Amino acid sequence: MAVALDLDVALFEGLCRLGDSTLVLGHRVSEWCGHAPVLEEDIALANVALDLIGQTQLWLGLAAEVEGRGRDADRLAFRRDVWDFRNLLLVERPNGDFGHTLMRQFLFDAWHQPMLKALEDSHDPRIAAIAAKAGKEVAYHLERSADLVIRLGDGTAESHGRMQTALDRLWPYTGEMMMSDDTDRALAEAGIIPAPDSIRPQWDAVVAEVLAEATLKAPDQAYMHKGGKQGTHSEHLGHMLATMQWLQRAYPDSTW
Amino acid sequence: MVALAQVWDWLAKVPDPEIPVISVTDLGIVRDVAYDGDTLVVTVTPTYSGCPATAVINFEIEKALRAQGVDKLRLERRLDPPWSTDWLTPAARDKLRAYGIAPPIDGTGAQGVVAGRINRLTGAALVVPCPRCGSEQTQKISQFGSTPCKAAYQCRDCLEPFDYFKCI
Repeated sequence: MAVALDLDVALFEGLCRLGDSTLVLGHRVSEWCGHAPVLEEDIALANVALDLIGQTQLWLGLAAEVEGRGRDADRLAFRRDVWDFRNLLLVERPNGDFGHTLMRQFLFDAWHQPMLKALEDSHDPRIAAIAAKAGKEVAYHLERSADLVIRLGDGTAESHGRMQTALDRLWPYTGEMMMSDDTDRALAEAGIIPAPDSIRPQWDAVVAEVLAEATLKAPDQAYMHKGGKQGTHSEHLGHMLATMQWLQRAYPDSTW
Repeated sequence: MVALAQVWDWLAKVPDPEIPVISVTDLGIVRDVAYDGDTLVVTVTPTYSGCPATAVINFEIEKALRAQGVDKLRLERRLDPPWSTDWLTPAARDKLRAYGIAPPIDGTGAQGVVAGRINRLTGAALVVPCPRCGSEQTQKISQFGSTPCKAAYQCRDCLEPFDYFKCI
């Protein structure tokens, strides 16, 4: 029998799940800066990363406020250890090639956009305000990633093959977006953050439509990885944090 | 205490750091100017969540007002309602066009994948006239241009690349 959760504790967790997912994906996408196949895509990737990191400041800023222990968004981003991160496993997957990066983006955007739309009705007005702001940006992310998945999937034999490989490899990491635990249930019951599985119909519909147009086939495989939202991560996240956090770890609280 | 109308006048002369031909009031990001006791409170909303100009904009506003002798000043952030390109003043749109940036076409913001799909199926892509030659034969190069708020376009007639200040 689940113990009743303190709602503020659950809210802090829930906000970290949102903010850590945008932070980790934002950092991953920023790794492309200066390396993308063409200049326009380089700039587009950097802009998407920027939006995600901006949204992170809002989510983690609110998380720190809710926690009330004197931490702020930077402190949460740069001074927590890997097991304190609550991001989805999908977003910590390494970039792979350009197609792999876009497939990961699309699978996430297809969840992110309807989730933000639903969060606009949150009973917590602070969350509703952030979601309304972020949702406008993410609508552009989803249009772009969906368009490019279609263009590359329904492209040359080479691009099609790479997109299908990316889909096969990333698919087992998509289920976690729609899985619930006690924290999710407490927040959904309080009308603060919708239940993850309530996003399922919209995610399924968008993904099916785009994959069909892209001539790609979702794997039949039913097994789904989980644990990121509870702090159990793949080895990739620790490596990423070592790069992302080294400055603030080496020189704590320094300003310039 | 300085009259609020005077403060608005001063703010109308504070340029956007990225696009200096328009001011912070042209952009519609100054949401309120009011007194809290004898402290002047200027409420600003960010354009995009991650816009790096946000910090610079606050700094420029503070610098401009302090230069006018305002010493009791507080800047506040307001997220709700989220900033929209609908708030760009008509004068700002003319200034953007003259500067070489196509102004936003109201009501054409991204709605998510559905709008994109309709565009793909019907070919009803957005027509963004070239700010240099006025031609409507233009094409989108990338959803994201030199900053998050712009998309990259190219004119098929005069061949010039240009930024489109996209709707949000």
